[in-house]
Amino acid sequence: MNTHAKPSKLIKGATGDFEVVIGMEIHAQVTSRSKLFSGASTQFGEEPNANVSLIDAAMPGMLPVINAECVAQAIRTGLGLEAKINLRSVFDRKNYFYPDLPQGYQISQYKSPIVGEGVVTVDVSPTEQIEVGIERLHLEQDAGKSLHDQSATESLVDLNRSGVALMEIVSKPDLRSSDEARAYVTKLRTILRYIGSCDGNMEQGSLRADVNVSVRRPGAPLGTRCEIKNVNSIRFIGQAIEAEARRQIGVIEDGGTIHQETRLFDPARGETRSMRSKEEAHDYRYFPDPDLLPLEFEEAYVEELKAGLPELPDAKKARFIKDYGLPPYDAGVLVADKETADYYEAVVGAGGVRRDPKLVANWVTGDVAAYANSVGLSVAQTHIKPQQVASLVDLIADGTISGKIAKDVLAIIISDDKDGDPREVVETRGLKQVTDLGAIAAAVDAIIKANPDKVAQAQAKPSMIGWFVGQVMKQTGGKANPQAVNDELKSKLGI
Amino acid sequence: MTALTDLSLAEARDALLKGQVSAVELARAQIAEIERARILNAFIVETPDKALAMAAASDARIAKAEAGPLEGIPLGIKDLYCTEGVQTTAASHILEGFTPAYESTVSANLWRDGAVMLGKLNLDEFAMGSSNETSYFGPVVSPWRRAGSEAPLVPGGSSGGSAAAVAAKLCFGATATDTGGSIRQPAAFTGTVGIKPTYGRCSRWGIVAFASSLDQAGPIARTVRDAAILLRSMAGHDPKDTTSVDVPVPNYEAAVGRGVKGMRIGIPREYRLDGMPAEIDALWRQGVEWLKESGATIVDISLPHTRYALPAYYIVAPAEASSNLARYDGVRYGLRVPGKDIVGMYEATRAAGFGKEVRRRIMIGAYVLSAGYYDAYYVRAQKIRTLIRQDFERAYADGIDAILTPATPSAAFGLGEKGSADPVEMYLNDVFTVTVNMAGLPGIAVPAGTSSEGLPLGLQLIGRPFDEETLFAAAKVIEDAAPKLKPPPKWWA
Repeated sequence: MNTHAKPSKLIKGATGDFEVVIGMEIHAQVTSRSKLFSGASTQFGEEPNANVSLIDAAMPGMLPVINAECVAQAIRTGLGLEAKINLRSVFDRKNYFYPDLPQGYQISQYKSPIVGEGVVTVDVSPTEQIEVGIERLHLEQDAGKSLHDQSATESLVDLNRSGVALMEIVSKPDLRSSDEARAYVTKLRTILRYIGSCDGNMEQGSLRADVNVSVRRPGAPLGTRCEIKNVNSIRFIGQAIEAEARRQIGVIEDGGTIHQETRLFDPARGETRSMRSKEEAHDYRYFPDPDLLPLEFEEAYVEELKAGLPELPDAKKARFIKDYGLPPYDAGVLVADKETADYYEAVVGAGGVRRDPKLVANWVTGDVAAYANSVGLSVAQTHIKPQQVASLVDLIADGTISGKIAKDVLAIIISDDKDGDPREVVETRGLKQVTDLGAIAAAVDAIIKANPDKVAQAQAKPSMIGWFVGQVMKQTGGKANPQAVNDELKSKLGI
Repeated sequence: MTALTDLSLAEARDALLKGQVSAVELARAQIAEIERARILNAFIVETPDKALAMAAASDARIAKAEAGPLEGIPLGIKDLYCTEGVQTTAASHILEGFTPAYESTVSANLWRDGAVMLGKLNLDEFAMGSSNETSYFGPVVSPWRRAGSEAPLVPGGSSGGSAAAVAAKLCFGATATDTGGSIRQPAAFTGTVGIKPTYGRCSRWGIVAFASSLDQAGPIARTVRDAAILLRSMAGHDPKDTTSVDVPVPNYEAAVGRGVKGMRIGIPREYRLDGMPAEIDALWRQGVEWLKESGATIVDISLPHTRYALPAYYIVAPAEASSNLARYDGVRYGLRVPGKDIVGMYEATRAAGFGKEVRRRIMIGAYVLSAGYYDAYYVRAQKIRTLIRQDFERAYADGIDAILTPATPSAAFGLGEKGSADPVEMYLNDVFTVTVNMAGLPGIAVPAGTSSEGLPLGLQLIGRPFDEETLFAAAKVIEDAAPKLKPPPKWWA
């Protein structure tokens, strides 16, 4: 846990600085074909109550049977969080009444979760890395959904989600700013997606966050926390923390005290509001679910799952730095999305030849990523094939085209010639770089001749050479080799 | 000639296979008996059409020599078992009119083996009771009466409908369930045989849950052999119930004649209660003598934590029940009483839907699980449960094969006689049986004699886990040694 307040993280109040302390409970929907304790499908977007088994509807006499794939996903995720895997865990019942909770209890893990303590390394910025402790990860059932807008007089219930497996991932209160919190959720989502245990889709509710926020004077003991429930986007997580921290600081500075409570974030108003106080909190009457035996498995099973795990983001980043000589920042950007990382590697090694990894990184995280962003896709989801980017990089590397022309070629591939081979595009459109020194010399001579005043200026102030380079490039349609133009100009101008 | 309905299940089975009687004839005979005995209130739903259709199908299979082990045998099903297309209520108003779209595993096993369904048997509401007086559909009346009296008696509970129907020969056997004694106590009260098998022997899938860690299905039958035949069909591993155990189901009937020669039978001194009626004590001593005469060795044993079993049971069972019964909320099925908002609807529905005893146990259960009381009640009760189990394990480790105890502290009592002022008076009926549920062991109740008023009295045998065979063998010895019970005169017909 971070014990010393970092000055850069502090929030200024009217009466001095405050430190915000944040812990997160992330509910991640497990990727599995069927629900945690029933055979019903987990498919999103079906007609209401299409995916409901007798168990999900809590018909009399129905019994839960654990879905082995959900257990495997939880173990894989625990391994990805470098956490302790508990070979024995227990399912408990959390009892409360709500129409979207057919059993009248949620099956969850209370005292003995399947995964114990772990750690996530988070890049907050290109220069700052923090470690966030994981308290635990447990499996539990999702609830259904109450529909209040279908009838004027009644509320209806959709049980499609009822019983879908969730992993609740609880962090330690190690986060000290909304930036850290956002970076943590982003990193966690990356890890889940690498493992394939959660699609991380916040719009569909596959990933939801409960955010615990408290504030304190630097060095003071932890303040009273408020829990902001069910925040459903990374942007809102940041906004909710900022709003809640400000609210709490305001209360304290006005001489008030913070009361432990559950709050909701209203993105439209940019504020949190009270949902229920600690006194109104449910007594969930947890007890071990007598329908289910303790969940037990062997260490060998954990090892088997471990062996089947893909390379995870931290390992991939380290490898990119080591093997490709990439700066940590570039490597971090590339590995943030597994498909992008794979795409990058496909470009570097396309056609069985290895090309300049840094140059490839610049293109993949630069122009290609910019295009992907502009159309709302990830790099790998665009129509641009790794082979096309590889070819483009090769054309630059062998001096056939300049970087500037390469951007034009990419633009052609983006819009006109989607499947085009960059080399053919360059050929057919005459974009080949002019390296014929005679032609370049002729162009240089012509410009010098036509601009005696500029020649004098350049000789007095050599940085004026840029103007001449521009003129030559203009005359050659941008195809002249910039280095050759530079050399020729320097010699002709005598600078 | 003996009436068809006087045959034992085993005799009826043999007669069917020999073609001496048809399944339809048997079903008709039972249906007629059921109609005559409606005053007993043993059935909540009668399914004569279904019975005749199933019987006709059985006759067809018998004709093709494709008979299953229970082919053509008419049975009653406790109304705690969900039956596809047939109302299932748990004897509660809250489930009145509920018709499942599925069949419980245990009843499905019976139909698989050729049995014929006569209807759904009355019980205490949600199996909570020891007299069958808590049923929303009214109490069941025992076919037995005290000598010289017409006062109605209880058949015991919660499987009171099952016990009364078997005792009155309305069916050849019945399914029942036992959470704290609900098979064995009514069997003892009605002179029938009831076995609660080892926890995990029968699937709980499709049986309305009372207390999941204690509930177990079992049969009530006319004889030890009949109980053995029924249990073999009912039992078996079910992947849909993860607490059911994947061990082979033996041919229990083969164990029935095995005898007790060389067996070591434990007599637990803690079951000798202060104030126990002398006739119960005498019955117990008589049972000891019969087993000894048949070649068993009698060993005094100690089960020191016995006295804590009943209070611990009345923490664990209501705790689980309070959670298991949360699903009856008026939202998806069963009774719904409107309220001004959702909480109002819950409160109105559950207040109207559950009877007094069920409400009492839900409240006790919610209380013992609540924050601040959980450790003091639920956790301690679970510790006691472990100690009780260890008591038995020690006895079995010392070479004891089975344990003999009384089944109940008294003979059947009159309707309305017990528990109206103090529910604990009723709870004390389970004093000899709850330990067995707490330890997950098999227990059988077998008729062994009669009270001074001419009412049946039973003895209980408790076995090792999954050793129901020994119980059938020993129970058969007592059944044979005991004087034949004179069946109650058919005052209801």
